[in-house]
Amino acid sequence: MIHRECGVLKTTYEADMGLYPLPIAKWTVAALGVLFVVVIPLSLHEYYLSVANLVWIAVIGALGLNILVGYTGQVSIGHGAFMSVGAYTAANLANRLGSPWPVNLLAGGLMAALIGAIVGIPSLRIKGLYLAIATLAGQLIIEWTINHVTFISGGVQASIEVARPRLGPMVLSSQRDMYYFLLVFVVLGIAGTMNLMRTRVGRAFIAIRDHDIAAEIIGINIFRYKLLAFAISSFYAGVTGVLYTYFLGIANYEQFQIGVSIDYLAMIIIGGLGSVLGSIFGAIFVTLLPIVIRYAMEAFGGIFFAPQTVLNLIPNLRLMLFGALIIFFLIVEPEGLNRLWRNIRSYFRVWPFAY
Amino acid sequence: MSDDLSFFFLLMSNGLLIGLMYSLIALGFVLVYKATDAINFAQGEFVMIAGFVTAGALMVWGAPLWVAVALALVSLVAFGFVLERVMLRRLIGRPVIAVVMATIGLAAILRGVGPFVIFSGTKPLPLPIRDEPFMLGPIFIPPIQLLGAGVSLAFLAGFGWFFLKSRKGIAMRAVADNQQVAMAMGIDVERYFGVAWAMTGVVSALGGILWGNLLGVDVNLALVGFKVFPVVILGGLDSIPGAIIGGLIVGVVENIAAGYVDPYVGGGTKDFAPYVLMILALMIRPYGIFGKRIIERV
Repeated sequence: MIHRECGVLKTTYEADMGLYPLPIAKWTVAALGVLFVVVIPLSLHEYYLSVANLVWIAVIGALGLNILVGYTGQVSIGHGAFMSVGAYTAANLANRLGSPWPVNLLAGGLMAALIGAIVGIPSLRIKGLYLAIATLAGQLIIEWTINHVTFISGGVQASIEVARPRLGPMVLSSQRDMYYFLLVFVVLGIAGTMNLMRTRVGRAFIAIRDHDIAAEIIGINIFRYKLLAFAISSFYAGVTGVLYTYFLGIANYEQFQIGVSIDYLAMIIIGGLGSVLGSIFGAIFVTLLPIVIRYAMEAFGGIFFAPQTVLNLIPNLRLMLFGALIIFFLIVEPEGLNRLWRNIRSYFRVWPFAY
Repeated sequence: MSDDLSFFFLLMSNGLLIGLMYSLIALGFVLVYKATDAINFAQGEFVMIAGFVTAGALMVWGAPLWVAVALALVSLVAFGFVLERVMLRRLIGRPVIAVVMATIGLAAILRGVGPFVIFSGTKPLPLPIRDEPFMLGPIFIPPIQLLGAGVSLAFLAGFGWFFLKSRKGIAMRAVADNQQVAMAMGIDVERYFGVAWAMTGVVSALGGILWGNLLGVDVNLALVGFKVFPVVILGGLDSIPGAIIGGLIVGVVENIAAGYVDPYVGGGTKDFAPYVLMILALMIRPYGIFGKRIIERV
C-alpha cells in the first residue's frame, strides 16, 4: 500500500505472491483500521460523521456500478433507479410486515438484482450507445412506476418512513451508530468486489469487456455473464438504496432520480474505471465536492458576489465544476484518480534511489 | 361530430405539431451523429442555453428581437465549433461511454452556466405572434406550434437539399460514410466535424427560441432533450427523415397516451409513453425506421 520497497529483495516465489509484500504492510493495514474504526468515529462531530456516512453509502454504490461499467464494459444510466427499487422494497417490507433490517436489506438487494437483470436483457442484443439509451429508459420507467403506483410508493409524495435499524435491544439512532453500521457493509462490499474479480465470474466479466467475441470463443456464456453483471451490480445498488433509506429514515424517489445515476457514473469515471480503489476515491471526491464548494463559497464567495446571491449560486457552481471535472478527467486522465495515486506510489516506491 | 371524436382529433393535431417541434431538436442530434459518430446527451441543454441567450438578450439587456435571435444563432454556432475543437476532437477513437459521459458533463456545465451567468429564475421569451389559437372546427392550433412546425419542415427541406445537392453536403455524407476514404479523397474531415457541430448549433438555437416561447426559459427547458432519444431511436439515429417521422410518432403517442391514460393514473404519462415505445423499438428494430442497419449483434 503506502510503503517503500527500496532495498527489499525477495528470494522465493511465496514471498513475492504474499498478501503483504512487506512486513510493514501489515502495519499500514492496521493503521488504516485504527483510523477508520477508532479515530474518525470518536473524534469527529456529528455533522462530519453524517458526511462520512454519505461517503460510505456512495462507496458501496460506486463499487456496484464499477462492476458493471468498469469491469464488464456495459454502460448503465439506471443505477439510481435500481437503488430506488431496493429502497422501496425494504421500506414496504419494514412497514407492512415489520420485518427486521437484515431481511429488508437482503430482499431489497435481491429485488434490485431481479429488476436490474430485466433491464439488462437488451444488453444481449445491443451495446454501447443503444444500451445507454435503453438503461436511461429503464431509469425513467422505474421512476414513473414508483411514483404512480400507490401500492409501492405509499401515496403521499411517494415517500415512506422507516424506523431506525435495531441491533438486539439497541436502536442505531446516532450518526456514530450509523457509521459503524455502514462501515461493516463497506468492508464487505470492498472485500466482495476484490474477491469477485479474482474468481471465474470476475475474469469472465473482464474478458467480455476487453473483447466480447473473443470471450465467447473461449467458452464464456455471454448471455449468462452479462445478466449476472447487471444482477450483481444492481444488488449493490439495491443494498445502497436500503442503507440510504435507513440513513435518512425515509424512502423517497426524489433521492434516486436520474441525476443520482449520473453522479455515480461520474464517481467511477473520476475515480477510475475498473478499479476498487478508484470507486472509493471517486465516491469520496464526488460526495465531498458540493460540501467543499459550499464552505468555499461561504468563506470567499462574498468577495466576488453580492452576499444574498451567494447561496443561490452554489448549486450552479457545483454543476459547472462537476461537469468540468468529468470532461477534464475523460480527456486528460481517463484512468482517473486511481491512476494519479498509482503514479505517486510508483514514484516513491524505490525513493530515493533510482532502482 | 361527437365529442369523443373531436377530442381524438384535437390530441392528434396537437401531437403532430408538437412532434414536428421535437423533430427540430432531434435533427440537431442526428446531424452530429451522422457526421461524427458522436452522441450528444447535451442536446436538451443546447436548446436550453439558446433559450437563455435569447431571453437574456430580450428581457435582461433589452435588445430588440432580431438582435437576440442573431445573438443566439451566432453564439451557438461559435459554441459548436469551439466544442468540437476543444472537447470532441480529443475523444475520437475512445469508447462510447467516454463520449456519452463527456456530453453529460457538458450538460451539467450548461445547466450551471445558464442561471449562473445570464439570469436565474424563469423568464418568458415573447415572440411577436398572436396568442389566441386558430380555430379549425373542433381543433384549435396555437400559432407558436404552427410556427414551430413550419420551421421544422423548412429545416428538413433545407438540410435535404444541402445533403443531396450541395458540394459541402456531399462531402459531409462522404465523411459520415467512411472517414478514412473521405480523407483520402481530399476532404478536410476535421473541418466538416466542426461544420456538423455548428449546424447543430443553428438547429438548437431555433429550437431554443421556439420551445422557450412555448414553455418559458429556465433550467427545466433542458428536459425537452429527454424526448430526443425516443425520437431518434424510432426514426433511426442517422436519418433526417427519420427524425421527422420519429418526432411525429412521439408527439402523437404522448398526446394520445396523456389524453386517455392520465385521468386514471394521475398524470405523467406524457413522459413515460415514448420511452415504453422506444424500448419496444429497441427490441424489435434497434436501428430505427430509416436507420442504417449496422447495429452489432452480440
